[in-house]
Amino acid sequence: MCLQKASQMRSATLHRFLQKSEPGINFIYKLSIFYGEVFLIHEFDALVIGAGGAGLFAALEAGKNAKTAVFSKVHAIRSHTGAAQGGIGAALGNVEEDKPEWHAFDTVKGGDYLVDQAAAMILAEEAVQAVYDLENRGLPFNRTPEGLIDQRRFGGHTRNFGESAVRRACYAADRTGHMILQTLYQQCTKHDVTFYDEFQVVDVLMDGTTCGGIVAVELATGDIHVFTAKATLFATGGFGRMFKITSNAYANTGDGPAVLARRGVPLEDMEFFQFHPTGIQGMGILISEAVRGEGGILRNKTGERFMERYAPTLLDLAPRDMVSRAVISEIKQGNGIRGDKKIDDYVHLDATGIGRETLNNKLPEISSFCRTYLGIDPVDDKIPVQPTAHYAMGGIPTDVNGRVRRDGHGNFYNGLYAAGECACVSVHGANRLGTNSLVDLVVFGRRAGIHLADFIKHADRNNGKSDAAEEAKNKIAGLFKNKKQPSPRGVDLTDKMQRIMMEDIGVYRNGPDMERAVDALRELRKAYANVRVGDTNKAFNTDLLEILELENLLDLALITAESAKNRKESRGAHSREDYPDRNDAQWLKHTLACLENDSVHLSYMDVDTSLWEPKARKY
Amino acid sequence: MRIILKIKRYNPESGRKPYEQVYETSANPTDRLLNVLMDIKQKTDLSLSFRKSCAHGVCGSDAMRINGKERLACKTLVQDVAETDGAIITIEPLRHFPVLRDLIVQQSSFFDKYRSVKPFLINEEPPQEKERIQSSEQRSMFDDPTSCILCQACFSACPVFDENVRFIGPAIIAQAFRFNEDSRDRGFDARRKALDTPDGIWACENHFECTRNCPRGIKVTKWINQTKKRISEHKENN
Repeated sequence: MCLQKASQMRSATLHRFLQKSEPGINFIYKLSIFYGEVFLIHEFDALVIGAGGAGLFAALEAGKNAKTAVFSKVHAIRSHTGAAQGGIGAALGNVEEDKPEWHAFDTVKGGDYLVDQAAAMILAEEAVQAVYDLENRGLPFNRTPEGLIDQRRFGGHTRNFGESAVRRACYAADRTGHMILQTLYQQCTKHDVTFYDEFQVVDVLMDGTTCGGIVAVELATGDIHVFTAKATLFATGGFGRMFKITSNAYANTGDGPAVLARRGVPLEDMEFFQFHPTGIQGMGILISEAVRGEGGILRNKTGERFMERYAPTLLDLAPRDMVSRAVISEIKQGNGIRGDKKIDDYVHLDATGIGRETLNNKLPEISSFCRTYLGIDPVDDKIPVQPTAHYAMGGIPTDVNGRVRRDGHGNFYNGLYAAGECACVSVHGANRLGTNSLVDLVVFGRRAGIHLADFIKHADRNNGKSDAAEEAKNKIAGLFKNKKQPSPRGVDLTDKMQRIMMEDIGVYRNGPDMERAVDALRELRKAYANVRVGDTNKAFNTDLLEILELENLLDLALITAESAKNRKESRGAHSREDYPDRNDAQWLKHTLACLENDSVHLSYMDVDTSLWEPKARKY
Repeated sequence: MRIILKIKRYNPESGRKPYEQVYETSANPTDRLLNVLMDIKQKTDLSLSFRKSCAHGVCGSDAMRINGKERLACKTLVQDVAETDGAIITIEPLRHFPVLRDLIVQQSSFFDKYRSVKPFLINEEPPQEKERIQSSEQRSMFDDPTSCILCQACFSACPVFDENVRFIGPAIIAQAFRFNEDSRDRGFDARRKALDTPDGIWACENHFECTRNCPRGIKVTKWINQTKKRISEHKENN
């Protein structure tokens, strides 16, 4: 189906269907005359893909001026922002002196100087008002004795450019993300935002460098829908599910970045994937850094507080990449709790010194996780932890207004935006600081929403010369067809991918391992061509959904591995045994990776270092 | 250990009535039941359908009835519901909602009721300071229901729905309570309209099943009764 031709018959049809349309939907009609195909076509001003913190904040802003629809593969309130625990960083200075400039500097240093510094300054400055906005909209932050928003310590956040840890993380017990998601969803309820829950995006309508909307599958029916709009914003979150041990939800499969990558959009700094040092052993469930912020200590099998040897000033509150490396180093030296030097060994997070009252009041969720999944009480028992794949620093390249970059030379797509974890501004550089993910969502989700709403005022509708809907229909139909027997099982490919990524593109990396990983991932992508959907029904075909998600993960895994293989230095979360040092002379630059069928084309883009000169990173 | 899962299934496209399917499998006592379901789905029966996402009890996707009680599959370990080798675990979709497929139920009626109580902070006064001042004591008054994840388990557990599907429901009243008791909120009157009706708070009969079965341990019945009390007092005083 060609949407341009479709648009020629639109005006007459529009008039007819406007009479019947439901509130919140401009119109819907079925198109079957020319092509014998039926797609449900909807028209909006703006589309927001993903209903976590970034998507909801953007929708609230865009919705003020533009007819906006929000899409989510799960019900909006199930989004993974809700799993964020410890806090949102902002230099309010409520409990001790603090300044946005210090926050920005910590962000830059924490990101091993791969952060775009002016963007980090925006992040830190606008975080302050964003936190007040959330509070004013009802977010129940914990309070100081004076009734102000309380703040606590978090990894890598310091006073006066690294002097000592500072209390910067505003928090609502250890369910800060849950409360942000709830508050923003409440506001969307108040402002009557239109949601399409349980819609899976499968493609974008690209006409050259202009995005005219999306193609999505309605999970409840299996129907393919086309949504056209003047602007589309991706806020689909992370893709930790490409790793075996992850804190991420099943839904975190990088659908936005993958769909765009297949349409030629470059992805930035994909080699930088954060491993959080304290996931529950074997399960990956996150144990918040706030446990260490409240006084928790990492210990090896002899009970030693080993961080004293790795980060003498910040100790257990050093940035996550450093703490994860320290944990793996201890394990490799036989200092893990089992002491067998195997990659799945673990260390202890000792929260017994925190005390029952603080654990109950400020860390109730993690206490509950320990009881439910480990059968232990952190008041009395040490928590077995190991690094867990947690956060993608890289993603869809954007400027500070969420506009998606076409290249490293200041060119942008029209009508295409991204925000949140799926985007790369870049404010996290090579390693994100704790709490800055939530800051990123609210600051850049809001900015993208504002810019998008302004863009729409002057933009023409471009329905594009896209065959995406027809292609999506054919692709999905193809997934059901008989293929070479025996057809590989999706679960086996997923398992192999997750193991490769965990073992070869993990906390420590080296050239030969990554070489092997890239080859193996290519083979898996070939095998994927023969995967067949085993569930032949249309309603809630979760098998189809998982097969579509697997394609996205495989594409992003390959891009990640190729980007990592080519970066011959160690920086932040990208730590190479064969190139152990940071190399600013050659590698102080962002990676831009373009997927071209089976290969990945890499180019590089300058880093904004206008505020602070890169220095060695010590804590 | 060996376990037997009896799963209630329904496929609208088959023309067949809901039926029970038995799966025998092995699992570790400490496995999450969600993982057991995933394993069956991916290796035995790709058509088995259920919702899932965070897998650690914070997103609310996988509420279902396990051995006749409402639970989150990801927050239930095999050993919590199967004591001996060969134990039978029954799994059914939530009650009181139309079943769309297998363990997937319709969510729209729940969220329609949610919207009816204006579940957002209502306060048109500008903040005195940058943030609205609130003491820890004031905050603690409504802390408990803020952890609600809208998983709908309480709707399935509540016997009132057996007779009255129009009941506004436990989680919804708890949401209204959360805002009514927030010292920053001015929306009590706006919410009262939806609550003070025969199908609102007064339909609750204090069965305590919502509290007993809440995966988040929220004292739902207590907040319903406090809401009843506050509305009664309000009516007496006006």
